[in-house]
Amino acid sequence: MKTLLQLFWTFFKIGAFTFGSGYAMIPMIEKEVVDRRKWFERDEFYDQFALASSAPGPFALNTAVFVGYKLKGWWGSLFAVLGAVLPSFLIILLIAMYLSGFRGNRYVEAAFKGIRPAVIALIAVPFINMLKRLPWYFMLMALAVAGVICYVGVSPIWFILAGALAGVVLTWYEKPRPDGKGGAE
Amino acid sequence: MIYLQLFLSYLKIGFFGFGGGYAMLSLIQNEMVTRHGWMTATELADIVAVSQMTPGPIAINCATYVGYTVTGNIWGSMLTTFAVSLPPLTLMVLITIFYNRLKSNAYMQGAMKWMKPMICGMIGAAALLFLNGETFIDWKSYAIFAVCFIATWFKVDSILMIVLSAAAGILLYL
Repeated sequence: MKTLLQLFWTFFKIGAFTFGSGYAMIPMIEKEVVDRRKWFERDEFYDQFALASSAPGPFALNTAVFVGYKLKGWWGSLFAVLGAVLPSFLIILLIAMYLSGFRGNRYVEAAFKGIRPAVIALIAVPFINMLKRLPWYFMLMALAVAGVICYVGVSPIWFILAGALAGVVLTWYEKPRPDGKGGAE
Repeated sequence: MIYLQLFLSYLKIGFFGFGGGYAMLSLIQNEMVTRHGWMTATELADIVAVSQMTPGPIAINCATYVGYTVTGNIWGSMLTTFAVSLPPLTLMVLITIFYNRLKSNAYMQGAMKWMKPMICGMIGAAALLFLNGETFIDWKSYAIFAVCFIATWFKVDSILMIVLSAAAGILLYL
């Protein structure tokens, strides 16, 4: 029980004090989980972390799951996730309950007029950075996908599925007998 | 009925939410704005701004916010937040258990490689959808965008940038 509460509290703190993208919380999680609590070796943590970031779903929660699971199995995951979710849940709930009251306020409206273009910049920069690192055929594909999702309204789910399928088929085609066993490195 | 729709939408957002918050934003847009009309693109942009300034993942913030505004009560919020937390609690647990086998699986690596341009396109789509007459009202919007773009490019802290653009908004539009 003590470990479960520690897990809850550790991830509650992480959830309450990390702003912005998931990647911004890596240093804080690392400090808590590796340096302070010594739940993980650094290499092991980074290995598992790489996997958590390629799994679907919010990536802070995926991290909570693997840390919790290592210490206390499924219950550990549950407590860690609860801890990670609770701060943003409570804060956003308060905002949702009271923001509508500010909607008509002319100061708030003016502030949001300034914020909206900033939000687009915030998304456009990581998009361009990611685009730059792709080979040219993937670059064209990404641009086409962006256009079709936005202007035709096709669900991104189809593109995710198509990408995964293409990857599996091509791997199978190129490598008739892939070594699926791997093993710990 | 609305509860079931919300639950299923956020379940989808969770299970197909590869590639982090901004890529997930395109799924959220598709479900919330395009498909169900639960919110406008501008409202979503406002929530993204709020969620940059409050702690926690964007997906959780959006789920909590939309759950409340669509149903008007806390149960709606709890339901959507639970739905978006389910994939980590199920899929990620499995991934953790089969970690050693998955790590070097060629098929999984192939799938990941081909999902990359899709994820990149999703982030692009999120930016494109916000590019409309309601976010870009006049030349001042373009000026704010240009300054913020350069600032983000040179890694200026995003919270600081939102606070400054809010101040700019009050100065320019009041």
